[in-house]
Amino acid sequence: MIPRHLLIGVAALLLLVVSMGIYLRHMRREAKKLELPAASLSAVAPPASGPTETVALYVADDAAGALRAHSAQIPLPGGRQQRAEELLRALLRIYQQPGAAHPLSPDADIRSIYLIDPGAAVIDLNAAFTDQHRSGILSEQLTVNSLVETLAVNVPGIQRVNILVEGKVRDTLAGHADLSDSFDVLPLEQARNQ
Amino acid sequence: MPSTTTNRALTSPITTRVLVVLLTSVALLSAANSADEKHISVYSPVAIYSLPVLERAGHEYVGLLELLEPLGRVSSESDGRRLRLRYNALEAEFAAGKTKAKIHGRDFAFTVPFLIENSRGLVPLSSLGALLPRFLGTAVNFRESARRLFIGDVGVQISFQLDAGTPPHLSLNFSAPVNPTISTEPGKLRMIFKRDPVVSPGSQSISFASKVITQASYSEDNGDAELDVIANEPLMANFSNNRKSIIVSAVEPGVVANGAQSTASQNPAAQNPGAQNSGPQSPGTPAQPASTPTTNAAIAVHRPLAVIDPAHGGDERGAALTNTLAEKDVTLGFARLLRHELELRGFSVILLRDGDITLTLDQRAAAANVARAGIYISLHADSLGRGARVYTSLLPVEGTSNGAFHAWNSAQASALPVSKIVSSAIVAAIRKQEFSVQAFPASLRPLNNVFMPAVAVELAPGPNGIADLTSANYQQRVAAAIADGVSSVRDRLGVQP
Repeated sequence: MIPRHLLIGVAALLLLVVSMGIYLRHMRREAKKLELPAASLSAVAPPASGPTETVALYVADDAAGALRAHSAQIPLPGGRQQRAEELLRALLRIYQQPGAAHPLSPDADIRSIYLIDPGAAVIDLNAAFTDQHRSGILSEQLTVNSLVETLAVNVPGIQRVNILVEGKVRDTLAGHADLSDSFDVLPLEQARNQ
Repeated sequence: MPSTTTNRALTSPITTRVLVVLLTSVALLSAANSADEKHISVYSPVAIYSLPVLERAGHEYVGLLELLEPLGRVSSESDGRRLRLRYNALEAEFAAGKTKAKIHGRDFAFTVPFLIENSRGLVPLSSLGALLPRFLGTAVNFRESARRLFIGDVGVQISFQLDAGTPPHLSLNFSAPVNPTISTEPGKLRMIFKRDPVVSPGSQSISFASKVITQASYSEDNGDAELDVIANEPLMANFSNNRKSIIVSAVEPGVVANGAQSTASQNPAAQNPGAQNSGPQSPGTPAQPASTPTTNAAIAVHRPLAVIDPAHGGDERGAALTNTLAEKDVTLGFARLLRHELELRGFSVILLRDGDITLTLDQRAAAANVARAGIYISLHADSLGRGARVYTSLLPVEGTSNGAFHAWNSAQASALPVSKIVSSAIVAAIRKQEFSVQAFPASLRPLNNVFMPAVAVELAPGPNGIADLTSANYQQRVAAAIADGVSSVRDRLGVQP
């Protein structure tokens, strides 16, 4: 015969487990509700506003197999890091237009840019940028050259650039262009001027 | 003492004789087996290869998978009684011991039963001429008695031209570069074509109106073609016209004794009749002095080594060139063509993968570095643009030598000046073919990690668009141009000090 106080204890524990399960489910729903507005905010973040500046964007052209200097008027914030991010986002918008000469995925984005003295920059791409990038030496190298040169020409002092994907080192952009090491700006500029 | 007894037994005259007889018998038997081994030679625009022929119940067979594998994508499965095979998009089913099979839904009849041994399908040679066109969709010419199989229009034609001057010489002109094994014996110069799809000149024997060079005869056997030139004096041979011509002439008096070693040094094949390819030849280079003990004692073989790296493979498909065509498949076929073209020009070639296997970038670079190749060529393919693109490393050129040690990520830097020379030579050779071609620097692995001259070539569609990426003719022309370019700067190749 099981003592009465033991039965009451077990029943109370079972009730506690069930109520904790219900509470956990409720909390998960609340957490999901909190995540959605954050994602929406990021998607509709407005471009920087303020006075515009003329910048040189180096835009890849697949058919020509080369970069073309493209002059653009864009609003740029004052800080070097924010300025660098806006520059590359402006470049990205060109590649995401219908009929672009070097199309990139509409989901491709620059997560962040870190400027590290002396003369180093780190571009952090999102996963969609690389996962949906066209695979091929020429196409991948043009993308890299375009990002690095646009940054180097418009943000003084940058001598080498590393490219990360979702904050991590990745072997290649889409199977070809080597991302495991940094890109020196000088050889790229020499190659463009040849 | 036991040891003394053993030594005596071993050194006694009878035991020694028995041992000598036994060893001689074993050597003779193994040599006879090697000579008697039957094989079939296959010549196609994509690959040239040789396969062993097996005898079963009085008939000759060859492995079906081995036969098709170099020509396209093949997979098979077997339960021991039936064998299902897929070649590119075509499916076939075979049954062990049966003469009937299904190929792409249609019946096919073998002359003798198809066999399955250890899940390996064996197809009778007598049915190859009818069977292969069903798979390949192209005409084949199978010379069954000689076991030589020609797929498509790959035959190399020969013509003869005798100059009866003093000394007389015979020009053998070929429609493509050739690389025969050459040897001499009294009154005869023999050329054996193991990897060249040389075809009969029409008549098996041609007589010449010359007192010195009297006759040439052509024969085929066991996958090889043989061309003999008969003469009343010792003969020698020179390659010319980029190996498209062989000039056979009588050896001038005094040359055999005094000049044999110096001429032989320029022709490794002459020293090594077993070798398939001879070393680099300049026009007019003496290719074959008469055989003498002096010449046989000579000279180390020097053949530049090329490493060809068909990019991607296995799990890593590379770019999707069409919905069904992966970059890894195009690079492999293209690499096999390039291997053949380089071999024709006297290079030894290592193919880093000759099948659908996965290799890491580091494994590729390590293999090339360990081989200490003269040139590393990475092959890629892309549906973007037209023609071909040749890449060299984007690394800055290293000003000073680091001795024997190279930083892994910038190992290419010291060889970069020569890599750029090779790139320019390839671009010039491809332009001669009137294909579009551009040269670029690129940050590309494993190009950065190899310390010999290195280029990457990306094959893009030709004049007929994306279909050219799988066109053997287009690939063949680009491969020949690359080989011409590399060959034109062969003196500059090699690992940098």
